[in-house]
Amino acid sequence: MGGMVEKRGVSYWLIHAGLILGVAIIFFPIWLAFVASTVDQQDIIRPPMPLLPGDQFLENYGRALTSGVNAPVARMLLNSSVMALGIAFGKIVISLLSAFAIVYFRFPGRRLFFWLIFLTLMLPVEVRIVPTYEVAANFGMLNSYSGLILPLIASATATFLFRQFFMTVPDELAEAARVDGARPMRFFFDILVPMSRTNIAALFVILFIYGWNQYLWPLLITTDPQMNTIVMGIKQMFPSGDDLADWPVIMATSLLAMIPPVVVVILMQNLFVRGLMESEK
Amino acid sequence: MAAITLDSVHKSFGRTEVIHGVSIDIQDGEFIVIVGPSGCGKSTLLRMVAGLETVTRGEVRIDGVCVNDEEPMDRDIAMVFQNYALYPHMSVFDNMAYGLKIARVPKSEIQRRVNVAAEMLQLEALLERRPRELSGGQRQRVAMGRAIVRKPKVFLFDEPLSNLDAKLRVQMRLEIRDLQKELGVTSLYVTHDQVEAMTLADRMVVMNKGIADQKGAPLEVYSDPRTAFVAGFIGSPATNFLPVEAATNPRHDASLLGVRPEHAITCTPSEGRIQGRLIYAEALGAETLLHVKLADGILFTVRQAGTDPIPSEGAECGIIWDQRHQLMFRADGIRCEE
Repeated sequence: MGGMVEKRGVSYWLIHAGLILGVAIIFFPIWLAFVASTVDQQDIIRPPMPLLPGDQFLENYGRALTSGVNAPVARMLLNSSVMALGIAFGKIVISLLSAFAIVYFRFPGRRLFFWLIFLTLMLPVEVRIVPTYEVAANFGMLNSYSGLILPLIASATATFLFRQFFMTVPDELAEAARVDGARPMRFFFDILVPMSRTNIAALFVILFIYGWNQYLWPLLITTDPQMNTIVMGIKQMFPSGDDLADWPVIMATSLLAMIPPVVVVILMQNLFVRGLMESEK
Repeated sequence: MAAITLDSVHKSFGRTEVIHGVSIDIQDGEFIVIVGPSGCGKSTLLRMVAGLETVTRGEVRIDGVCVNDEEPMDRDIAMVFQNYALYPHMSVFDNMAYGLKIARVPKSEIQRRVNVAAEMLQLEALLERRPRELSGGQRQRVAMGRAIVRKPKVFLFDEPLSNLDAKLRVQMRLEIRDLQKELGVTSLYVTHDQVEAMTLADRMVVMNKGIADQKGAPLEVYSDPRTAFVAGFIGSPATNFLPVEAATNPRHDASLLGVRPEHAITCTPSEGRIQGRLIYAEALGAETLLHVKLADGILFTVRQAGTDPIPSEGAECGIIWDQRHQLMFRADGIRCEE
């Protein structure tokens, strides 16, 4: 690759200047948030807003993590992590199994079930949120992790994706496993799941962020501040009425809320890309 | 090692019957090749023996025991697939060992058996590789290895060589033959390639539209075809078919005459039993194929030794053959009784 850019002409510098400018523009609000999380309240309220970090970093983040506004951010981060991981793993397990059933087994109503699953694609959470709430409440799942996770776990999209992938796996592979003596679940765990690892990694990233960013559902299902998730928690930090917004803590919380999804993307990206290259035949 | 019996086996998909009652008796250690054009039901037949397809009617017996309702794994068979069906995420070693692991064979025994098979197939250096890092021929060997380590009663081959290039195909053909002789395992081999069938088989079964037209040793089938289909399918170039009027002493019930290309020779038009114009001559070195267009438009192929003089293309010529070599068939395609 290095040999390709030996001539570093004007265009080379122009392109890079353009790219750096673009990154700077996109990064600027995040920088502002970071700055706001390191100064004290007075500095933010008094214009002009500072552009360089202040000396309140440890103070503000410490305050956010341990006490927050309604609930400690550490607690909300934990809640969000449990919810996002639960949803991501749950969705992957359920959709792998349901796609396996739909593709590899002939049972009465197979097509009907596929279409039923497919149909739910057309109904977003918001449409079915009232009946779902009713069911969750009747099961006593308010203010609990199961209430946060279970209703969001069924996934038509992921089922559909795995179904499409399984259909590209040659039938002979399943037959070879049968001849080798693998019962269906053995084939599933030994052959299908390892072969799907690229898809699983990609889906995990998408679903983790999906779970992390849930707002409406946690807002409905949790009333106890100890069960708040971070994304809804940020909104609840905004003052109502005449209270003063504690901007440094809110900004610190926002930045803390961004870290886990970013870490997941960075970690899984490696696995994801490696998986993509490995599965090339 | 086992004997296999197919007892008037039928297979229907929905309302369409694709196998119309096939019976074959396979002796212990025998190499049987099922050959036929695509869509004749040969693969379906094999898959019924494997247990991958249910048997609609009739019985499949291995060592005298009906296995119709048994799962493939309980039939003690091993199968080699056309696209090899190797597990892409497993190393060569794991591919071969997978069946043994499931059967809970002790680790040391797995190691030993895989090593023996790998040595037999020259795969020792490749055991850690993944299938995608192997050439077609090597993948084929791994698929064979996977079958061998199981020490099954029966080998089933489903067109195992058709994804290989021509040269490799010849080489693997010989290797499969050697291996089967060495191991002495009863084998059932499906192919559409009649050369593979001729060279590999102890006995071959020629399938045509869901019926076993003829069973027998390859040369016996070649020289004594029971139906017009077998005469046309086995042998390359194919048997020439003519209206029965061209035959000497045509039988009263015959309607079709078959003459193999090597049994015909060209001569002057007046001496010939039939006449035509030489369209082109394919000189292949050891032999020359003369394509003659007869007056009624039929193409007739004559095969002669490469050293024989080649008539000039476009020349009128006659064709004669020895009466002994005439194959006469009834209107329904069945060979007339001698």
